[in-house]
Amino acid sequence: MADPNWLIDFPAIDDATLRAINRAIDDAYLGFTRTFGAAIEDAFLPLLRLMVWVEQMLLGAPWWLVIAVIAGLAWAASRRPALVGLVVGSFLFIGIMGMWEDTMRTMAMIAVCTLMAVTAGIPIGVLMSRSDRLKGAVVPVLDVMQTMPSFVYLIPVVMLLGLGKVPGVLAVVIYAIPPVIRLTDLGIRLVNEEVLEATDAFGASPWQRLWGVQVPLALPNIMAGINQTIMMALSMVVVASMIGVKGLGQPVLRAVTNQYFAMGVLNGLAVVLLAIIFDRLTQSYGRRLQRYRDDA
Amino acid sequence: MTPESKIAIAGLYKIFGPDPAAALPLVRDRGIGKTELLEQHGHVLGLDNISMTVRQGDVHVVMGLSGSGKSTLIRHLNRLIEPTAGSIHVDGTDIMDLSPRALRHFRRHRASMVFQRFALHPHRTVLGNVAYGLRVQGVKRATAEARARGWIERVGLSGFEDRFPTALSGGMQQRVGLARALATDSDILLMDEAFSALDPLIRTDMQGVLLALQAELRKTIVFITHDLDEALRLGDRIAILRDGAVIQEGTTPEIVMRPADAYIADFVKDINRARVLRVKAVMTSDRAGARGPAVDAQTTLEEALTAFHDDPSGRRPVSREGEGIVGSVGLPEILRAIERPDISGSDARVTPQARAAG
Repeated sequence: MADPNWLIDFPAIDDATLRAINRAIDDAYLGFTRTFGAAIEDAFLPLLRLMVWVEQMLLGAPWWLVIAVIAGLAWAASRRPALVGLVVGSFLFIGIMGMWEDTMRTMAMIAVCTLMAVTAGIPIGVLMSRSDRLKGAVVPVLDVMQTMPSFVYLIPVVMLLGLGKVPGVLAVVIYAIPPVIRLTDLGIRLVNEEVLEATDAFGASPWQRLWGVQVPLALPNIMAGINQTIMMALSMVVVASMIGVKGLGQPVLRAVTNQYFAMGVLNGLAVVLLAIIFDRLTQSYGRRLQRYRDDA
Repeated sequence: MTPESKIAIAGLYKIFGPDPAAALPLVRDRGIGKTELLEQHGHVLGLDNISMTVRQGDVHVVMGLSGSGKSTLIRHLNRLIEPTAGSIHVDGTDIMDLSPRALRHFRRHRASMVFQRFALHPHRTVLGNVAYGLRVQGVKRATAEARARGWIERVGLSGFEDRFPTALSGGMQQRVGLARALATDSDILLMDEAFSALDPLIRTDMQGVLLALQAELRKTIVFITHDLDEALRLGDRIAILRDGAVIQEGTTPEIVMRPADAYIADFVKDINRARVLRVKAVMTSDRAGARGPAVDAQTTLEEALTAFHDDPSGRRPVSREGEGIVGSVGLPEILRAIERPDISGSDARVTPQARAAG
């Protein structure tokens, strides 16, 4: 520490001390995982079961039924034949190119991750919109979640839960939840003050005000948040495959390590197709939710 | 409190700023004015010792220019704004004492509101908007919508039930706003510059709609406006607000013929008195020497003039519906009333009859 050249070389702590600090933190966390790891793993058991159930359902159903259901969803969300055609065409391509199984696994993970992000994110966003102090506390956390390289928080998650589906889902949710929280908060804050005043003047309870006015009027923004969350979850499939999540990420990873160019492109294309389908689906649904704007 | 009094406001103060409670004594006990409070103490005086009684079944107009505190005042009546001090009794209950739950009940069942910029729910249809108050009350959807349809018809919007507010013109949107407020069956209607955002023709039209409904419903209406013609047309009583204080309250003839100060005199100087004032405000109860056909007490002075075509110097008997002849009126009183008042000498011109007519 007492280096005479401290004006030239940054007076960093020496390696031994740094190692000691790192070791102390690692040991402390390792102790935590040894003590609570099993309990935490048990707590995530329902999530694992849900994950497995969705995956089995998608893999077990005949391919034409899966395509029919998703095409039906596309029709219900958009009423546009072109979107239905896109959905059917994309899935036929994926199936013909032999990527059906991996695609279903990825879809199962995206579905579960989105469900978790939405069920946790919307209430957090609602609470944030009601308190500036809470918002002040949550926003920096969201900033860290979005900018921290995802490999970094894979380490503690894997130390705690090992390799597999649950740590994969957690890593994806941590990465993908900020948009739905931010846009729920924004959407509710943007609801017209005069409309809210009128709602109060008619004696609406806080609950009636939230579900009858604030959330419906914030829905376009909330839907945009869900859309972003799905896109971010999809972008995590390769990273998640590194900790053992099966799906389209694994062949991509294999393609990178073995320099299989065509295989990488094909699987990457399948991810892109999924992204386009989910994006168009959620956006059309969001537009249909606010068709009152088009009545003029 | 008189039995007919519906809303009694007493000693109401509203001060905006970081510490209203500390600023209150300055205004209440030391009589500091709005300007000084703002410049020296950093607080805005919203309402300054308002006391006012609204009678059951009246249209009580509160008139003032922007910044006079009229919108602040009406928001105290359903506690959208909390006062710094004072009480508001509605049917004998101080609404400042209401718990949040009781306040919601009051807003759902007792007082409904119409807003200057409509404030409709954009994601609900016309039907959904009109039924909203009932839905909040807990009325079942089918019942609420059936009743809402009735009100939509009453305000002349049949056929628009399934349209969204953005598809309607301003006047139609405010009909929705009016129907929404009427649908809850509350006995008090709070109207915050309800027609100010509308075109003049539509505004007159809506005033007519309101008067027709009021003739039948006899609700207690507090009506905020900055438009004197509107105030005179709708108001049973008018309160004039300036800088958060009531500077005059009275009936239409009282305000027109006896303005309390130069500010109000300036307000009323350009109105057409012959059309606003009625015979009852200028007549005398002495009927000696009255000849010719009787003039109804409700006739405007403009119309009454025709009764003097043949005999300008004579007096005409005045009749009131159900009471027969109640007095007489002559051209000199009518002409005096129509003349613009001279502010300094205004008291000299006020006849005892005009006072009595209040």
